[in-house]
Amino acid sequence: MKDKTLLDHTALNYTLHRLAYEVYEQHTDFSNLAFISLQPRGIALGKRIVAQLKTLVKGQDIQHGTLDVTFYRDDFRRRDDVLVPSSTDLDFSIEGKEIILIDDVLFTGRTVRSGLDALLDFGRPKHVELLVLIDRRFSRELPVQPDYTGKVVDVVRDERVKVEWTEDDSNNRVILFSDDQ
Amino acid sequence: MSTLSTKHLLGIKNITREDIEQIFQTADNFKEVINRPIKKVPSLRDVTIANIFFENSTRTKLSFELAEKRLSADVVNFSASSSSVKKGETLVDTVNNILAMKVDMVVMRHPNPGACVHLARHVDCSIVNAGDGAHEHPTQALLDAYSLREKLGDLTGRKVLIVGDILHSRVALSNIFCLQKLGAEVRVCGPATMIPRYIEDLGVKVMLNLKEALAWADVANMLRIQLERQDIQYFPTLREYSMQYGLNRALLEEVGRKDLIIMHPGPINRGVEITSDLVDSDYSIILDQVENGVAVRMAVLYLLAGRAKSSS
Repeated sequence: MKDKTLLDHTALNYTLHRLAYEVYEQHTDFSNLAFISLQPRGIALGKRIVAQLKTLVKGQDIQHGTLDVTFYRDDFRRRDDVLVPSSTDLDFSIEGKEIILIDDVLFTGRTVRSGLDALLDFGRPKHVELLVLIDRRFSRELPVQPDYTGKVVDVVRDERVKVEWTEDDSNNRVILFSDDQ
Repeated sequence: MSTLSTKHLLGIKNITREDIEQIFQTADNFKEVINRPIKKVPSLRDVTIANIFFENSTRTKLSFELAEKRLSADVVNFSASSSSVKKGETLVDTVNNILAMKVDMVVMRHPNPGACVHLARHVDCSIVNAGDGAHEHPTQALLDAYSLREKLGDLTGRKVLIVGDILHSRVALSNIFCLQKLGAEVRVCGPATMIPRYIEDLGVKVMLNLKEALAWADVANMLRIQLERQDIQYFPTLREYSMQYGLNRALLEEVGRKDLIIMHPGPINRGVEITSDLVDSDYSIILDQVENGVAVRMAVLYLLAGRAKSSS
């Protein structure tokens, strides 16, 4: 099977705009809100959503951190390779905050479960929401649902969804491909 | 980069530079973890680790135990003084009995050089050497190099001097292997009686004069005189040793080294190998070494445990 483009550059841009507006619709006050991107693949999406929001809420500071879930995963010692950690960078307190977790593809829900565990080790947020670019529904292994979704896709298990970001944002896209290629 | 090249950490001699780099990168992440409000992650929650100490230890034992607990491992402690070893049980039997109780990893300190290597050949689990006689103390060398890297950046071409009882020191040997693998130049300094023969074959130059050696070095790692391992008299008196090889402020000022970094693996004999005021001075990174020890040991245990199940 050839790569299939789920979202091309233009469509992806519209989706990012829409996601930012959806967040803005729900949250007008950003002083108690923080965005936390899950390492490693949520980072690029988080940066772009926050950048979009900054153009909407001029003058307001938006808190944005990154969270690594490696040490909280449930497949440690159950796979052939050691899980290599990335960095966590939360330079603000999450105590009592409204948090929006950001990841690129929601699949089994296990990463988000690890993310919630990791997050709660930093304090007790008031409220946590989930924003994803792609929701692979029907593949969930845990009861996790997103609050903001870029696109819902129905794909079989051995197909993979990949979000590709270019450094200069000139050709971002979301593709579908199979492992057996 | 995926797994370490080894199932055990028996010594620095057996691991590669890539292994060391991977341990350091993982330790960076754990250092962030142990500075969080909740200093604990659940990675090793299904792993049980036995700390088997046939020799006294405060720092290393506590450091390993904290590292294990902060990884959520279950920990059992065993010290030889209160065990069946006293009743004549062999090392392999003791450890196999512990493993029969479903222990996954063993951290061991033993007075005999090579005890961990022997054990690794005869039992089926990951073994971390926490010091075997005068042979190796790999986690100490890793945390020393990690602390130096934190202070100096890349260690290539850096000059590290190890001063004192080189003959009885497992810290010295592991440090030599580790620092050389990372590209640093190592020299040793101490009384001729306490410099092992053939040490120059390791590419280590011997200096007998501390003042000259300090003028050369970027870093001085001061070792304790290991009286408990000395069966004969290696120098006349501690006072004389201290005058010849003890580090003090007057000597540093005489050599004019304001940027020297002073390390010590502990325990310190204040006033013997180093004066009390230098231990507490800005030259010293001794307490950084201790802090980094927990992060480095967490990295070692995490990387070995991650490998343990997949390879068995």
